[in-house]
Amino acid sequence: MEQKVLREAEKKCVQEELPGCSASCPVHVDARGIVAAVRKGDCKVGVQLLHNMVPFPRIISRICDQLCHGQCKRQEIDESIGINGLEQYCIDNSDEVFLKMAQLPSRDKKVAIIGGGLSGLTAAVELGKKGYTIVIFEATDRLGGNIWEYSVNRLPRQNIVDDFALLKKLPITINFNAPVGNENYSTLSLNNLCATFDAVYLAIGCANLISVHLGLVCDEKGDIEIDAVTRVTSNPKVFAGGSLILGVDHKSIITSISHGKRAANSMDRLLQNASLTGSRENEGSFATLLYTNVDGVEPQVRTQSADPDAGYTAEEALEEANRCLLCECLECVKVCEYLAHFRGYPRRYVREVYNNLSIVMGIHHANKMINACNLCGLCEQVCPGNLNMGEICREARHLMVGRGKMPPAVHDFALRDMLFSNSKTFVLSKHQPGFTTSSAVFFPGCQLSASSPQHVNKMYQFLREKITGGVGLILGCCGVPADWAGQENLFKETLYNIKESWHKLGAPRVITGCPTCYSVFKREFPEMVVESIWTLLDRIGLPDQIEENIAPLRLAVHDTCTTRHETKLQQSIRSILHKLGHHVEELKNSHEITTCCGYGGLMQFANKEIANKVINKRIAESHHDYLTYCAMCRDNFANQGKRTYHLLDLIFKIEGQDLAGQKGPGYSERQENRARLKTTLLKEVWGETVDKEETNIALMIPEHVRNLMEERMILKADVAKVIVHGESTGNKFKNTEKDTYIAYFKPISVTYWVEYSLQADGFVVHNSYSHRLEIKG
Amino acid sequence: MDKQVQDAIICNKCRIPLTLGKVTLSYLGSDFPVELYKCPQCSLVFIPEELAKGKMDQVEKALEDK
Repeated sequence: MEQKVLREAEKKCVQEELPGCSASCPVHVDARGIVAAVRKGDCKVGVQLLHNMVPFPRIISRICDQLCHGQCKRQEIDESIGINGLEQYCIDNSDEVFLKMAQLPSRDKKVAIIGGGLSGLTAAVELGKKGYTIVIFEATDRLGGNIWEYSVNRLPRQNIVDDFALLKKLPITINFNAPVGNENYSTLSLNNLCATFDAVYLAIGCANLISVHLGLVCDEKGDIEIDAVTRVTSNPKVFAGGSLILGVDHKSIITSISHGKRAANSMDRLLQNASLTGSRENEGSFATLLYTNVDGVEPQVRTQSADPDAGYTAEEALEEANRCLLCECLECVKVCEYLAHFRGYPRRYVREVYNNLSIVMGIHHANKMINACNLCGLCEQVCPGNLNMGEICREARHLMVGRGKMPPAVHDFALRDMLFSNSKTFVLSKHQPGFTTSSAVFFPGCQLSASSPQHVNKMYQFLREKITGGVGLILGCCGVPADWAGQENLFKETLYNIKESWHKLGAPRVITGCPTCYSVFKREFPEMVVESIWTLLDRIGLPDQIEENIAPLRLAVHDTCTTRHETKLQQSIRSILHKLGHHVEELKNSHEITTCCGYGGLMQFANKEIANKVINKRIAESHHDYLTYCAMCRDNFANQGKRTYHLLDLIFKIEGQDLAGQKGPGYSERQENRARLKTTLLKEVWGETVDKEETNIALMIPEHVRNLMEERMILKADVAKVIVHGESTGNKFKNTEKDTYIAYFKPISVTYWVEYSLQADGFVVHNSYSHRLEIKG
Repeated sequence: MDKQVQDAIICNKCRIPLTLGKVTLSYLGSDFPVELYKCPQCSLVFIPEELAKGKMDQVEKALEDK
């Protein structure tokens, strides 16, 4: 995966973007972090977070003009969060405000700061910390500029004293009563200062600007022209900011501080001969890209302190902090158990995938994460930037397979099952008997054939009766497991074989029984006319209902994730249910935002734990019986105890059978069902006799062993191979205490062990296990 | 398990108890010399369930992520 692709994918995830409060704040105070600190009762952390961005936290916590309110998400519901009140609470409730501050060694450059207000002092502190020699020229006899205009209740003077104590720790000299201007009465001229100092920051406030005559280029209104980003004036050594630039009507304490910081940054760059303009995006206020869903948030007005002069009490501060939404996106994580499982979010995951692919030597920690995704694409549907983690994981799997780095155990079983479905035991391709051409061909798919072979048989019969011109049949797997496993070559080969069979039948229109086959054919074969049985049934009518008085059911429809964008198909499901007399309940996540059943992307083979979480979350969404139109979805839900119908269960009812309550067949039975479907159809439809299987030994497997085999993904066919091997070669062990035999055999890549005993009419299987480490002897 | 192997499991062909012996296991290009129970005569190797589902499974998973 190229770095460019990674960067583009990363950018789509907004989770790491600043929340609206911090983005609005011109110095990006971590207001969300301060709220979190208050919630934890850790005021010191709150103070430090404020101090990280402003040099004078005790002052700012009292008089900040709170631009953070501008993009507070709470405003969409009620009122913005009272951040300043929480900052003040943190300051007032930290016993000892010890502020961490790093200072660099001194440098051989001098900077003049003209004006000792907060903007100038901020620039002084920022540059002082970097080791520059700072000289402040203040026109009056005290520092702070117009902060003294605030009442002592609003801004206790001790706060000023405590904050300004910081100045004494830095290489800063202060000259009081030292007005600067190019006028006769000025004790110092700007031109002289420019000659003596390496850089100058002009922050003289908004009084009497015109009378000062600094000799800098001004606009027609008489305001000094400056570069908005760098704060440089027409004199490359002179920078300007604060109320001088904001003007008397637009004064903003926090913006003045921001100007001081930005000018300090520019001066530092100037003095180091660095670019003044490079990498300065997002300095100052900007509109955040962070998305935060506010659906369902209850209105609650801002907490007012009982005694405004004293500020919030602990209870009040906590109440206000709890109003904060702690803005974040996580829209995809909220709906996806897979994304939630790894405790991160796509921006981080994308980077982990990229790093995983870059590892030459060492452990590939993200393998598990890459292979667990069900590739269902729900994340893309709910993401404000439409990032699809499935596409990233699918691409990563392709690359892993290509480099021989895909762990073989992950998809091996599913791929062997697919190869079974595309072996002669199941594969079939024929015209309808009595026809030499086909007007259509039915492709029921491997899983519907495995789960409900009887429905496939009935459906094929119905299609033959309803459609003129001959309905051919193709049995096989569409290849999607190979696609999901990243096995591009195997997928292409499978598609090629399907295409060959289809062409041999004269390339008729294809009717699919499985929504996933439908989506694969639609995507991979643009020249193929393909329709699902559902739109077809809706169009041509349902098979005659035998029963006249069917009990209407209330069913929650689970849409299939592979056809989330197939609106017509989804409508046909609802329409068929109505025709059958049943009621439809829509799940919250349906249609284009439907969820996966746990089978997609071979999730349940790669990570059963997450697949079970996915299934359990889905089946808990409604207490009604579920209705699916994919065999895997039905079996996955039913296997976890959720009553679920496949739509064909309702169309081809079987008298006296509760199909919704039945678990799906196990892996072995699924293969046997496919094989039997083929032989049954050959016999019943085409009148062909089929040879019996050669190695057919009678196995008696108690239920607990069958369950164990299912869990360990060991097929009856593999167990039979082991026993045949043990009996034919005599290579077996005997447990003399239990009077059982133990043999092993490695058909392809997995070594299977079976403990069994002999009975007159066959073999009893007592245990089975497997491993991949090969016994070399 | 070792005790059980020694006491109960015999090679059915050679009709003798198993003894510990050197065996090489291999996976994804790595070889591991280990000591396992096998038939001292015909060298048929016995791997108990606990080993297959325990240590061997761990080694497989570790090698697969390399």
